[in-house]
Amino acid sequence: MMRQAEFRNPEQELDRFQRRLAVAGGFVLFAFFLLFSRFFWLQVIQHEHFQTRAEDNRISIVPTVPNRGVIADRNGVVLAHNYSAYTLEITPSKVADLEDVISELATLVDIQPKDHKRFRKLLDESKNFESLPIRTRLTDEEVARFIAQRFRFPGVEIKARLFRQYPQGALASHALGHIGRINDRDIATIEKSDAEDNYRGTVHFGKTGLEQKYEFELHGQAGYEQVEVDAAGRAVRVLSRTAPVSGNNLTLTLDAKLQEVAEKAFGKRRGALVAIEPSTGGVLALVSVPGYDPNLFVDGISPPDWEALNTSEDKPMVNRALNGAYPPGSTFKPFMALAALELGKRTPQQAISDPGFFTFGGHTFRDDKKGGHGMVDMYKSIVQSCDTYYYVLAGDMGIDAISGFMRKLGFGSRTGIDIEGESEGVLPSQEWKKKRFRKPEQQKWYAGETISIGIGQGYNAYTPIQLAQATAIIANGGIIYRPHLVKHIENTGTGARTPVEPSPLQALSFKPGNIATIRQAMVGVNKEGTGARAFAGAEFVAAGKTGTAQVYSLKGAKYEVGKVQERLRDHALFIAYAPAEQPIIALAVLVENGGFGAQSAAPIARQVLDYYLLGKLPKSAAPEDEEAVEDE
Amino acid sequence: MNEFSFSPREWGQRLAAPIDAVLLAFLALLLGYALLLMMSASPERLNNQLINIAVALVAMRVAAQVPPQRLMHLALPLYLGGVLLLVAVALFGDVSKGARRWLNLGFMRIQPSEIMKIAMPLMLAWYFQKHEAMLRLRDWVVATLILLLPVALIARQPDLGTAILVLAAGFFVIFLAGLSWKVLVALALGGLASLPVVWTMLHDYQRQRILTLLDPEVDPLGKGFHIIQSTIAVGSGGILGKGWGGGTQTHLEFLPERHTDFIFAVLSEEFGLLGNTFLLVLYALIIGRGLMIAANAPTLFSRLLAGSITLIFFTYAFVNMGMVSGILPVVGVPLPFVSYGGTALVTLFLGVGILMSIHKHRMLVQK
Repeated sequence: MMRQAEFRNPEQELDRFQRRLAVAGGFVLFAFFLLFSRFFWLQVIQHEHFQTRAEDNRISIVPTVPNRGVIADRNGVVLAHNYSAYTLEITPSKVADLEDVISELATLVDIQPKDHKRFRKLLDESKNFESLPIRTRLTDEEVARFIAQRFRFPGVEIKARLFRQYPQGALASHALGHIGRINDRDIATIEKSDAEDNYRGTVHFGKTGLEQKYEFELHGQAGYEQVEVDAAGRAVRVLSRTAPVSGNNLTLTLDAKLQEVAEKAFGKRRGALVAIEPSTGGVLALVSVPGYDPNLFVDGISPPDWEALNTSEDKPMVNRALNGAYPPGSTFKPFMALAALELGKRTPQQAISDPGFFTFGGHTFRDDKKGGHGMVDMYKSIVQSCDTYYYVLAGDMGIDAISGFMRKLGFGSRTGIDIEGESEGVLPSQEWKKKRFRKPEQQKWYAGETISIGIGQGYNAYTPIQLAQATAIIANGGIIYRPHLVKHIENTGTGARTPVEPSPLQALSFKPGNIATIRQAMVGVNKEGTGARAFAGAEFVAAGKTGTAQVYSLKGAKYEVGKVQERLRDHALFIAYAPAEQPIIALAVLVENGGFGAQSAAPIARQVLDYYLLGKLPKSAAPEDEEAVEDE
Repeated sequence: MNEFSFSPREWGQRLAAPIDAVLLAFLALLLGYALLLMMSASPERLNNQLINIAVALVAMRVAAQVPPQRLMHLALPLYLGGVLLLVAVALFGDVSKGARRWLNLGFMRIQPSEIMKIAMPLMLAWYFQKHEAMLRLRDWVVATLILLLPVALIARQPDLGTAILVLAAGFFVIFLAGLSWKVLVALALGGLASLPVVWTMLHDYQRQRILTLLDPEVDPLGKGFHIIQSTIAVGSGGILGKGWGGGTQTHLEFLPERHTDFIFAVLSEEFGLLGNTFLLVLYALIIGRGLMIAANAPTLFSRLLAGSITLIFFTYAFVNMGMVSGILPVVGVPLPFVSYGGTALVTLFLGVGILMSIHKHRMLVQK
């Protein structure tokens, strides 16, 4: 091995050294060749691949969210629009300790427990990679404070976002509906419409009302920006830009001022009012009170607000006009009378003698007027709201004839108004009962059940919009238009307007004489009948009909207003149209637990018509007429 | 001409006397290339780097002045002092980024491992020169121990990059001194066989780096990020590059450490394969000149020293470019004469100065 010592031999030594040096030099060249090969592989053979990857690194496609369309009433009063505001947003996946970051942020901007709770809720509902607002609508000062400290908060940014705003607050809230942050159900809707691309970057979605129904009109077309980004994902410059196209604007048939008058007329009472323009089907007012402030929902409602809305006994989130089904009470009588005429069961002159009650199958059906109305023909039966007349009539007609006719007027079917949440109501018939009940003895229709149907009680239950629609059909001589809220959709780019529902759905060929009889009687109601007190001194001729719907069966005991708890009072109803000769408005009013129709519903209708026909603004909510008696 | 009168020409000649013009010319080209890169990668550091270069050139000039015989006297004290400082670092050193590399002297912080890059070849060259007459087995063993003691101390800090450079510097001396090929082959085989043992001794982050090298895509946003991004930078440069200042990987901050260890990725991205080849040629010329100086050196000491220093330049360059282009694990080795940073530059130019001194003094001993 190495035991042998090496003796000095300078030349041999130098020779060996130089050979070693040559080996080292060779190795250097070999190593450099190796590196060159590697560079050649990366820069020539694989160049395209890495070129693409470098471009992918550098270029990011950022969607630009379009402006949501504006919603305005028929006169241009803005009901929903957008404004730009700064939000402070956290991307949870980029933050190590959320609580730490939030409490640090709270030293710079005002973060209330409410904001914190809302953030938590959004966090539960969201994917981890999207940024969520911890505070919205920052003041300029807060923005400045945060910007100065931004470096301390990776994963937290200020974003300028467009916010939906409902400048009229709770006005027409059930018609407008509201938007809210996109959730899984909305994503499913978007996917079903193949609109994922268009919704990249969009955080809001219409949840109810018009905002929901016209979501795809209002949303608009997303734009795209090709931006160069750095390693931290910050945009360095914009390479190309495709501008977004704003959503379409909606012009409603709704009259905001009328809506306001109508809502105020209710005062603190609960109820609904639907006013329709008979010649078009355009909805002039759609009231469900109490309403709610849709602004609360725009960026995620805070849990306390949600709690308050949800637990309120007044159920402000329920759209009573479309979703509530109530017995129509005596407002049903004009339609019954029309049915009788059309089906040849009565002539206008045919009269009955009313003893104040009607006995059928051993059961006594009472009229509200003790001793009865005496001789009652069709006119008087409507004007004075005689029950006995209709007990007899209903018995004569039979349930299936009644339901067959009423279906034509839209009772028991959705009207097809352009917002969701309509209920069908209940149009009772033998068929209906068979489907409704399980037990054979319950499935059978008893002739006795038909009697109270005649005065709008029993199984009858209709939505206020069905009642308003039927009234509009009478006012319009039998021509049916689908009720709708949107008058036209305006393309913000071209300015082109697409009208909604310009032609009639169907014309019911009623005999003109029959319609005239009913309309004459309804005018009589407000002139000399149950509506006369409410319409005293009116400068126009309005047709109407009062109604009272029983909430609670008193089992034969006399109904006494003062003695029944407020919530057990009857619902008050009123239907009307005006002017009687050339109707431009038809409406139905419902006041929950309002007592008699003449007492609380008719005065509301009076205020609404006073405003719509004469421009008269009421000084206060419609008064309750304690003197009014439903002489039914 | 008065003895005290000022003659710029004479001063210039005196100043240039120990300088090797050929080596300096190659280096000047390389430095110019490096500054061009720095102006793209990190223009705000250009002035600092100019100062670093000035200081390094002064160090070179000073080293070039010192005759090899004087250097021999420095070998043992420098080595022993370096080892002592390394021990001091291990005992009292400052920790930064998880490694104990710095010694705080109160007025400044020094990194003693840097001294070893020069002290190691000096020491071993001196040792072989001293035992020139008869090299016994014992001498090889002692040389090996001289080599491994500081390398172990540096690797423990841990500073794998410097440990590799110091190990290489010492190994080159031993190799050039004529260690038998049989032993070299045996060492290579033994080294391969001991890899599993070495693996268990590595720190977690060092293992991670090696795993990352084998498959960077496993953790593209974490450990693999640097290597993926630098490979993309190199590959996307193509043959001609994206042009000076046009590297998107560089300027959008996808490249880590773009002015120091990863500056080669900037070069590759902006100047392409052509620019890389130019750099390889410059290095080859500098190394070739160094090996020539070694071949012509008069004493064993100066031969071994010159050879080792030259091959160290190669080691720097190869490890750095290999790491940036993704064929070697990421270790903290700068691109020689190009990466930003004063310490490495001064050490490198001290080496250049020693080479120049050896070259100028090649005839003296023979006289």
